[in-house]
Amino acid sequence: MKSIFGLFLILLLAGAKPAQSQLVKVIKFNQLNQLVNQPNDTLYVVNFWATWCAPCVKELPQFEALRQAYSDKKLAVLLVSLDDKSDLTRKVNPFVRNRKIRSKVVLLDETDLNTWIDKIAPEWSGALPMTLIINQRRKIRQYIGKPLKEGELTTIIDQYKL
Amino acid sequence: MKKTAFLSMLALLLTVALMSTRSLSDGYKVGDTVQDFKLKNVDGKTVSLADKKDAKGYIIAFTCNSCPVAKAYESRIMALNEEFASKGYPVLAIQANDAEQSPGDSFMAMQDRAKAKKYAFPYLYDESQAVARTFGATNTPHMFVVKKDGGQYKIAYIGAIDNNQRDASAADKKYVEEAVNALLSGKSVTTTSARAIGCGIKWKNA
Repeated sequence: MKSIFGLFLILLLAGAKPAQSQLVKVIKFNQLNQLVNQPNDTLYVVNFWATWCAPCVKELPQFEALRQAYSDKKLAVLLVSLDDKSDLTRKVNPFVRNRKIRSKVVLLDETDLNTWIDKIAPEWSGALPMTLIINQRRKIRQYIGKPLKEGELTTIIDQYKL
Repeated sequence: MKKTAFLSMLALLLTVALMSTRSLSDGYKVGDTVQDFKLKNVDGKTVSLADKKDAKGYIIAFTCNSCPVAKAYESRIMALNEEFASKGYPVLAIQANDAEQSPGDSFMAMQDRAKAKKYAFPYLYDESQAVARTFGATNTPHMFVVKKDGGQYKIAYIGAIDNNQRDASAADKKYVEEAVNALLSGKSVTTTSARAIGCGIKWKNA
């Protein structure tokens, strides 16, 4: 009897899980800037990606793994989708749900790179993927303008001794 | 004496080597003189900048078959050629992705694409990726407008085609078009570079 109740509970929880999946928030550049330039000790790992970018999709699990491995450290992963806003419900949200992405995902609604890029990554050509590791207080700022090789991300993060 | 000469020679060689790798990775800046290149076109013939004696310059487009952004811009690249080839600025499209990592960008796939879309301009295969590296091309599409100056070609514009990858009609800044029009009327280019979201070029594994 007890086990049946337990099974029921598990099924209930399993069934409830998809509802917990995050809905991607659409933000403007100022909001992004606020998100990653906070005056605290958290190291922000900000990855710019898109659902149509194959190398980006390939490296996403590295960010998820990093977030999990550093869950007790002052580290935050932010995945910034550069998909078009009109693809939010049709592509981005289902993508995040299907891949069970728990890192925070936002969609940056800025079509013209040239209006904001110099304020955050002047060295960036616009090619995806791109990753920024930032902490304002510790004066950390690392720009990675290419796909990360397997295991490369943790090697980089470990240098910062969180 | 011999040893000193050898050492200074070695130092010189090292410096030259360092300098050349540096300039390779940095690529061209606006105003730089372009080194001519020879690349294989989809029709099997070799194309170089010097071929068209009457060209006033070129619109060089690093692009590819497989990138969604390049696809979104394909018709705009074709339109640029239609508008400017007769005025002396034809399009030269170059595909530099490593076909091993991106099979959709193989030479055969390029031939198919050029044929299906009836490209009226060369679609060149930068198999060694040397041209893309020399230019400093990073994404697809990535545009370089070059202007003939004496017998040489100089970079006049680097970057995006316009400022709306999704919708050509919604773009209110048409960078390449404005640059070429300025050059044609003998004016200086106002916006000499602009960036755009794109697919990173798929480099060969080192």
